Amino acid sequence: MKRLLAELRENIRMALSALAANKLRSALTLLGVMVGVFSIILVMTAVRAMKNNIEREMGALGSRTFAVTRFPVVNFEGPHGSMRYYRRKELNIQQGQQFQKIADFAPVVGLHSPFGSFTVSSRFAETPPNVPVEGATPGVFQTNNWTMVEGRPLLTADVESARDVCVISIELAKTLFPLGSPVGQRVKIEAINYTITGVLERVGSSEAKALAVIPITTGLNRFGRRRDIGILVQAADVATLGDTMEQARGVLRTIRKVAPGEPDDFEMLTSDSLIKQFNDVTFAVRIGLAVVSSISLLAAGVGIMNIMLVSVTERTREIGVRRAIGAKKRSIMSQFIIEAVVLCEIGGLAGVILGFAGANAVAVYLLKVPPAFPADWAIFGVAICSVVGVIFGSYPAYKAANLDPIESLRYD
Amino acid sequence: MSLIRLDSICRRYEMGGETVHALRGVSISIERGEYVAIMGPSGSGKSTLMNIIGCLDTPSSGSYELNGNTVADMDDNDLADIRNREIGFVFQTFNLLSRSTALRNVELPLIYAGVDIDERREIALAALADVGLADRVEHRPNEMSGGQRQRVAVARALVNKPSLLLADEPTGNLDSKTGEEILALFKALHAKGNTLIVVTHEEEVARHARRIIRIRDGLVASDEVVT
Repeated sequence: MKRLLAELRENIRMALSALAANKLRSALTLLGVMVGVFSIILVMTAVRAMKNNIEREMGALGSRTFAVTRFPVVNFEGPHGSMRYYRRKELNIQQGQQFQKIADFAPVVGLHSPFGSFTVSSRFAETPPNVPVEGATPGVFQTNNWTMVEGRPLLTADVESARDVCVISIELAKTLFPLGSPVGQRVKIEAINYTITGVLERVGSSEAKALAVIPITTGLNRFGRRRDIGILVQAADVATLGDTMEQARGVLRTIRKVAPGEPDDFEMLTSDSLIKQFNDVTFAVRIGLAVVSSISLLAAGVGIMNIMLVSVTERTREIGVRRAIGAKKRSIMSQFIIEAVVLCEIGGLAGVILGFAGANAVAVYLLKVPPAFPADWAIFGVAICSVVGVIFGSYPAYKAANLDPIESLRYD
Repeated sequence: MSLIRLDSICRRYEMGGETVHALRGVSISIERGEYVAIMGPSGSGKSTLMNIIGCLDTPSSGSYELNGNTVADMDDNDLADIRNREIGFVFQTFNLLSRSTALRNVELPLIYAGVDIDERREIALAALADVGLADRVEHRPNEMSGGQRQRVAVARALVNKPSLLLADEPTGNLDSKTGEEILALFKALHAKGNTLIVVTHEEEVARHARRIIRIRDGLVASDEVVT
């Protein structure tokens, strides 16, 4: 065992010096492997970063909450599919309120609708026009795990009377009221003043984001009534989530007058189902990637075999000397296989590093999601390199090991 | 008991459908501590004989015993072991690994013998010092003169303490002065009790040996002791 390790170490050392002797040739050869591994790592890291982001965002929703929307979050049926969704009835506030009234089986029901992003200003400061303004009912505070840092959340009375009040996130509060408490102060959104009733903090959401929450009724009056709303429902616990969803489905079908036997004309999503949808969408991408990178690794492997065969011929004399001073066939074989593996590994490691760098550059600057470092794919990438090295290094190594020592010593 | 005992060694090759008889029954025995030169014109079979003595080749018939090991029926792995432990080769063209330092070159047989790294370095350094190259251990072959390269080769050949040093035209690529140096080194090695076999076609080189075996047409033509 110890002897094998020592031999391995020697082989790696010899391989490195052999590769260093032909730097350009080695670099060109390992380029193929690098590109193959790079493409795997690039796509997998980007997918992982997006998935992590979804999980983080949905994590705030909690595992016992589901959402009802008119449209699915992602659509992968093409334009034909989206037409089907666009023909669906609106999911409007009346239906939402009706559902809220009937659905006494659900402990918490919230109605919400995004109204867009606007400039929010106080007496002291003004934000860029990028603060999301969200219409909500009191239930949304519970389903989204919003906790109050200060003041009170929105009340049913605020919603019923469509009051001009709002709750702002702690991040926005720090921007607009850098010195004092914002509660009771006024902010202006789209030329309307709102009195601040409280400051909320989003638990579980990793990113600090500004947010202004107003009663959904107020928002509909201001920004227009013809829009879809989302319904958030929290079940008593995870175990009853399925039952609650089924009951909610029945109620919604009744409200929206879906005939028996017809499919639902609305979507119900949990964080699990969202992640599943994401995986479904990226499945094709991952399969395509597997095919493309297999082909590129195959091509790279053939390149490696080619260069190893050249190397064996060039070093016939060296092989003869090694055999003469006591190298067994096995030693020569492992020397050349390890040389091929080392060559592949250098390419593979470069591919992993470049893949991480490239994918995370895309993730952070283009997709605006936190970076990811999928160690499992990195290990996979490096492992597949070893496999390529062993497979395509074997034949040249076999050829080297079976050279006749006498002939090799005479070769020049 | 003799170190080398060759008994009616024959070696035939198939070449383009024709059988070539390189050796036709050679019987020699060489004792421990001898300094032997094997001479012969090209095509005489002396290279084949050297390959067989060096365990690079096996005879078609006949028996060969080296240091008590019957070599004729050994497989490839056993032969590699014998070459590693019992034989040190010195070649006409030095055959050093050009990318490796003198030290690494001398360490190579120890690597295949499975000697661990610290011990290996120590032994290799001592072997280089023995041939007078203690100050050249980190030089690569292309940074050394021919004579120095051949001395590295001798150090490599001796590093595993083999029972036999087998040199094939060791001075063939050297000018006469450096050639003399190498022969003086051989003489010193012989004086220390090493067994040397030098294959050559130069009378001057052969004269340094204590016994000259001449090969002609695959047979021993003469076997004489030099006084």
